[in-house]
Amino acid sequence: MRKYVPKDNVQGKSYYTDRYWVAPRVPRMEVEAGSHFADAVKALGKLVKESYIEIGQLVVHIDPTQNVEVMRILKETCGYTQCSEQSAVDYLAQDGEFELFYQLLNITEAKRVRVHCRIKKGEAIESTTPLFKSSNFAEREMFDMFGIKVNNHPFLKRILMPDDWEGHPLLKTYPMIGDEFASWYEVDKIFGKEYRDVIGPENRDPSRIDRYDTKRFSRVGYEVPFDADISSGEKEQAIEYSETVLVDYTTSSKQLDERR
Amino acid sequence: MQQVNKLTPFFENLNFERDDNTMVINFGPQHPSAHGQLRLVLELDGEQVVKAYPDIGYLHRGIEKMAENMTYNEFLPTTDRLDYIASTANNYAYALAVEKLLGIEAPRRAQVIRTILLELNRVISHLFFIATHALDVGAMSVFLYAFREREFAMDLMEDYCGARLTHSSVRIGGVPLDLPDNWINNMIAFCDKVDYEVEHTYDALLKENRIWKMRLEDVGVISAEEALSWGCTGPMLRGSGVNWDIRKEEPYELYGELNFDIPTSDRCDSYGRYRLYMEEMKQSTRIMRQLVPMYKASEPQLMAHAPQYISAPKEEIMTQNYALMQHFVLVTQGMRPPKGEVYVPTESPKGELGFYIKSEGEPYAYRLKCRAPSFFHTGLLQEILVGTYIADVVTIIGTTNIVFGEVDR
Repeated sequence: MRKYVPKDNVQGKSYYTDRYWVAPRVPRMEVEAGSHFADAVKALGKLVKESYIEIGQLVVHIDPTQNVEVMRILKETCGYTQCSEQSAVDYLAQDGEFELFYQLLNITEAKRVRVHCRIKKGEAIESTTPLFKSSNFAEREMFDMFGIKVNNHPFLKRILMPDDWEGHPLLKTYPMIGDEFASWYEVDKIFGKEYRDVIGPENRDPSRIDRYDTKRFSRVGYEVPFDADISSGEKEQAIEYSETVLVDYTTSSKQLDERR
Repeated sequence: MQQVNKLTPFFENLNFERDDNTMVINFGPQHPSAHGQLRLVLELDGEQVVKAYPDIGYLHRGIEKMAENMTYNEFLPTTDRLDYIASTANNYAYALAVEKLLGIEAPRRAQVIRTILLELNRVISHLFFIATHALDVGAMSVFLYAFREREFAMDLMEDYCGARLTHSSVRIGGVPLDLPDNWINNMIAFCDKVDYEVEHTYDALLKENRIWKMRLEDVGVISAEEALSWGCTGPMLRGSGVNWDIRKEEPYELYGELNFDIPTSDRCDSYGRYRLYMEEMKQSTRIMRQLVPMYKASEPQLMAHAPQYISAPKEEIMTQNYALMQHFVLVTQGMRPPKGEVYVPTESPKGELGFYIKSEGEPYAYRLKCRAPSFFHTGLLQEILVGTYIADVVTIIGTTNIVFGEVDR
């Protein structure tokens, strides 16, 4: 019997973990009074839900609706003039939420702050492009990879994947080999959907390796005659693909309704 | 409008001339100056760019996805494929991020070797930059000279780790090998060669060259605020007069102990940035020379001693039972860093290369985000290309020094 694999997280997992293993945690330090970081936390005031220092950088947890306000204060009051990076972490399986992070840099003080906020699945976040132009590409990538919609973004469109792609590749539900849609993408695109039957799943991937095929694949160390049947009655198990998780944003879009 | 079906697919080039008399052209992805797989959709009014739209993703391999499906040590060779011009910079940035997460530090000799390799890679990358940039702008001979020197640097890399392009020459917790015999002498000879060539070949050919100056001066002007806002780092930021180098400001490895200058330019244009690359090469050789006595004074240990995370040296594994057991667990299961997150920036030849790692205490990273400098420099193109002429587009792409391995990841 095959081991049960949870479908909400199909990424790499350790095949063995000690029963008594408890992972330690990287130490989190409190913000020292009088330091530069303390001033930043003070400037943010009640907007901060939680703040601590982890490996030399200030981490601030905020409410997702106040992200632009927090970033504005950090930029204009505390001198964090560059947004180095922003993206998300998928916690849908555990909490049904995404954790978004913004990595900010102050070049006069040489300090870095990470702003965290959590949004529920299907919720949108306000764009920070009016403050940091680097958010333009970073938010597009976040949308492409996680399907997180960004409000008031100048040009929210897929950036790395093709425009007609379905699914968001960095979700934990998305397997590394790709989903059903991904496996037929090139066939659909080049020949059309009706050619799926003609080509068949066994030929759609030119780099696929058939372990029972002794015509095209040699077995180093276990040589067998050319084209010999070595399956001994075994049947190859089909690769399991998870279903593409599609979040249909268009159905409940106010803008689109107005246009219609 | 074109009638699109399977037999007559959609060609954007057919939609050549539009009603309002601006022309839409595709620059790349197969353009020789597109530095790989950049596709720029340019809207032109005569020869002037009205709108530019960089389209990326032609080299997307899902490296961040692979990081979630590989143990920490397995993933290291994959980082070679980010910025494939200077692989060691990526290996190092990743290894440093994991080391910070684990809370370990590489031994002294490993640090010296890593710093030498990082600076050697910076020279390789800058030589590649000047070669391709000059070729794009039209100076063919510089390309040949710069590639000759780059070949010597690649030979040095090959002597050290056996690979010329995908080095994987850094491990988490140290380096795998000591420098071979006579490598240091070859390196010093190479430094002499580079110093000589920078002054007598590249500068002699380009620095005061009238054509070169006409093509580069006041082309691709970015103000300091714009550069910061667009997330520019490295020479792109220093070329706008902002004195920011992570090696100096947030020193990692041995950079705190070394004497070197950070060249900046307040010209804000392509020529200023080109000068920075030349000056940085001289600074890199200066750093490499300083590291020679440090190397000779260091103890021969190469990997950090952290039995929970790092395998013991081969000799111990073959003689001691417990070291063998640890090694077996680390190879079959992989190391388990503590829960937590870390963002570690390093100064790669292109700018700030940072790795954000979120660990949940498993042998697989829960999330790995690679902050690639070229990604943000590509985003900048949509603003600085507007208003320039089509001939300058090539210069501006060249000066941003983008490498598509790390743009698309």
